[in-house]
Amino acid sequence: MTDEDTPRKPQSPGEMFSVFTRLALQGFGGVLPVAQRALVDRERWLNHEQFLELLSVSQVLPGPNIVNMALILGDRHFGWRGALAASTGVLLAPLVLVLMLAMLAQRFSNQPIVADALRGMGVAASGLVLSTSLRLAGGMQRNALGITGCIVFVVLTVLAVAFLRWPLAAVVLGLGLVAIGVAWYRLPP
Amino acid sequence: MTLQSIQQFLIGSGQLTAADWLSLFTHFLVLSLLAVGGAITTVSDMQRFVVRDQHWLTDAQFTASVALAQAAPGPNVLFVAVIGFNVGGLAGVLATMSGTLLPSTTLALMATRWGDRNRESRGLRAFTTGMAPLTIGLLLSTGWVLLEPTRAHWISSGLLVLATITLMLRTRLSPLWAISAGAVAGVMGWV
Repeated sequence: MTDEDTPRKPQSPGEMFSVFTRLALQGFGGVLPVAQRALVDRERWLNHEQFLELLSVSQVLPGPNIVNMALILGDRHFGWRGALAASTGVLLAPLVLVLMLAMLAQRFSNQPIVADALRGMGVAASGLVLSTSLRLAGGMQRNALGITGCIVFVVLTVLAVAFLRWPLAAVVLGLGLVAIGVAWYRLPP
Repeated sequence: MTLQSIQQFLIGSGQLTAADWLSLFTHFLVLSLLAVGGAITTVSDMQRFVVRDQHWLTDAQFTASVALAQAAPGPNVLFVAVIGFNVGGLAGVLATMSGTLLPSTTLALMATRWGDRNRESRGLRAFTTGMAPLTIGLLLSTGWVLLEPTRAHWISSGLLVLATITLMLRTRLSPLWAISAGAVAGVMGWV
């Protein structure tokens, strides 16, 4: 990425902190869509293509995508100070908010109405996660493992993790390595 | 504020030993490195550890922790902080959040330049291609495990899950609507 491609540059780590704080507080159920609007459209720190590149790198790395994105972008502009400013921006204010919610819930958890509401919210939370998995499943058609190969690995993962309750490390390292091996064999060099 | 509520806020109910704190931290540390599809893919293993093995939280408390975080703005990873808070107050937040963020943060800062250069390499493409179905499987497992407290009412919870999925896939409404609908369904005693 060269400077000429970027229409605008963040002025200071402080500016990165406040921009990332603002976008994090706007994101309910995931910050990425808001991040695209804020970083590409409003602040113009990245163009659309640069955003997608940054997203794909953030997705390959372990850890939360939006935090990885903040770290990388902060590091690019102001080194470790930028990385620190952007990543705490994305985490700090929402963390304080969610802990306040958790304290309230703890305090009133003996009230039946709170316990009932939380139980219902849990069902919806499950639905939200399942809808993400279905959205991702749409990408299986383009996956080099083929639709059948994908379904086999999905079923084996669910069986091992949700029903047999095997440790995740064993599943990801075992099944994951097999899947990566098959993908390597099937992908063009 | 009583002394007891201050203690609850700082270290939780005080049930954790030094070895427990260490294992809480290291468990989340290991999971962080396995969380290729995001922390939410490792929920099944967190539940196995925190609820089934250690009995620090009940199924209901565990699922409520995840649900609460989804009702608040910010990165999804913050559900990890709520689990930590419910296990051991602020110290629990520190243990679970630093365990979750330290390895991935270090790796992100070290690997960026390498990843920028090698994005098109066969090895990296094989990695993302191969891990894609596992991510889907792990998310399905997360959805299943979160239903642990409500599985007795499987017809009504199943309907609410289907309604949520439809809302998310067919409309552009915020997930907050689904969570609110869930809260109402809970208060009405439907699930």
